[in-house]
This record gives sequence, structure tokens and C-alpha cells, in this order.
Amino acid sequence: MKSPTVELKLPILPNMELIATQTADIIAKHMHLSEEQSGEISMALIEACINAFEHSKTENSVYIHFIIEENSIIIKVIDQGIGFDKSKVEIPKIENKIGNDERKRGWGLQLIQALMDSVEFESTNSGTTITMIKNK
Amino acid sequence: MSDFKTKVSVINEVIIIETEGYLNNEGGQMVYDICIEKMQLGKRKILLNLSGTKVVNSIGVSILIEVIEKLQEVEGKLGYYNMAPIVEKTFHIMGLSKYSSLYKTEESALAEF
Repeated sequence: MKSPTVELKLPILPNMELIATQTADIIAKHMHLSEEQSGEISMALIEACINAFEHSKTENSVYIHFIIEENSIIIKVIDQGIGFDKSKVEIPKIENKIGNDERKRGWGLQLIQALMDSVEFESTNSGTTITMIKNK
Repeated sequence: MSDFKTKVSVINEVIIIETEGYLNNEGGQMVYDICIEKMQLGKRKILLNLSGTKVVNSIGVSILIEVIEKLQEVEGKLGYYNMAPIVEKTFHIMGLSKYSSLYKTEESALAEF
């Protein structure tokens, strides 16, 4: 049987990521996830959406699929942008950002990886899919 | 337009900024602007009461790193209290807890400030 799936299509507009977190909250309650797990999913989702909005450099929408499995939730954030090379993304360290001219931003991927149980990136020059899993 | 709001008060020379709403780039910038304004008036100790902020993003939090940097230049300090668990966790992951202070309550924050 196909897993129940919720699909969202978000326009690239300010704060649209909050629509995704509201959906995630409802699904988390349905799955009886803890508030801690729900918060972690929302935060990771915000960062994945912002990455998609900012880095896709297109006017296209961002698609989010929430796949409800028996023991986990799988979330795919899909954009149709120009893609990125994850190996070229530096791991941010606050020590390097305080007291010098280094850009203070760039924490999204680290937060996503810290908050979710599994994260995979598939990126080509026609789009990026971030697949995030939170286990029950 | 952001629905982020702030309320500023002073207790024993400590600036308290109470926030309400999503701490995104706009919210972070609002907090930054208040901090800079107060620093220009000679204030060096700033506490953020985050009880009304249940959601943040890394861009908003990154702007707080700039506030920490500015306060370091004048030997000032920044702290936070009444944080939602996920907000506290985010601050730890980003390392803000190494350069600023996290407290449970206003009372415990003021006791150390």
C-alpha cells in the first residue's frame, strides 16, 4: 500500500516556509511525535525551504512532500533551481565568524543535519531535492 | 511586512528586549537596530526575553552573532531567557552559547548580569 502523502506547492515569497511548518505540526500530531521531534522537524524544514528559496535562483515554486511511514516521516523539499555542490559548502564554525569579516550566515545545512535522523541531497543543474527523515 | 514585535525596558542598567513573533531576517534586524541604538547610548548589557518567539531561522539568529560581535568590541554582553526548546537547541548548534549566555528565567539572567 502506498504511504499517505501530503504535498505542498509553495510560491517563493517571504515567510512561506511557515506554511510548511504548520503542515508538519499537524502531521507530527497525527503521528504522535513528541513536541521536541515536532520542533526539530519544523526548524529543519524552515532551513530547507529557505535554502530552496534563496539558492534556487528561479521564480519557480518549491514543492514539499510529506510521506507518512509507520515508523518515520520522510520530507522531500524540491526546487527547480540551478543546484549546488554540497562538497563545496563549508561547515560553519562560530569561532571563524566572530571578530572577522566572514559572512555570518550559511548555517542551514548544518542545522538540517543536526536536527534530522537522515538527510540526503540530490542536486543537478535543473534542481535540488533534500530528503530528510525523522524516525518515531 | 513582518509581524515581529519588540518591547524594550531597562532593569538595573540592563536592556531587556522582549520579542514576539518569527525571528527571521527582519526580526533579527529589528533586534540588531535596537541593540546598536542602546549601545550608542552607552548600554553594554542586553538580555533578550524570547518567550514570544517560538520560531526562528538561521538568518535571524546570524544577525544576533553580529550583535555579539558589536558587544565584544565594547566589553558588553548578550543573554537570552524564556527560550522555546527548539530555539535553545538551535542556539547551541550554531554555537551562540559559547559567546553569549542562555538562562531559564529573567530572575536567573538578571542575577548574573
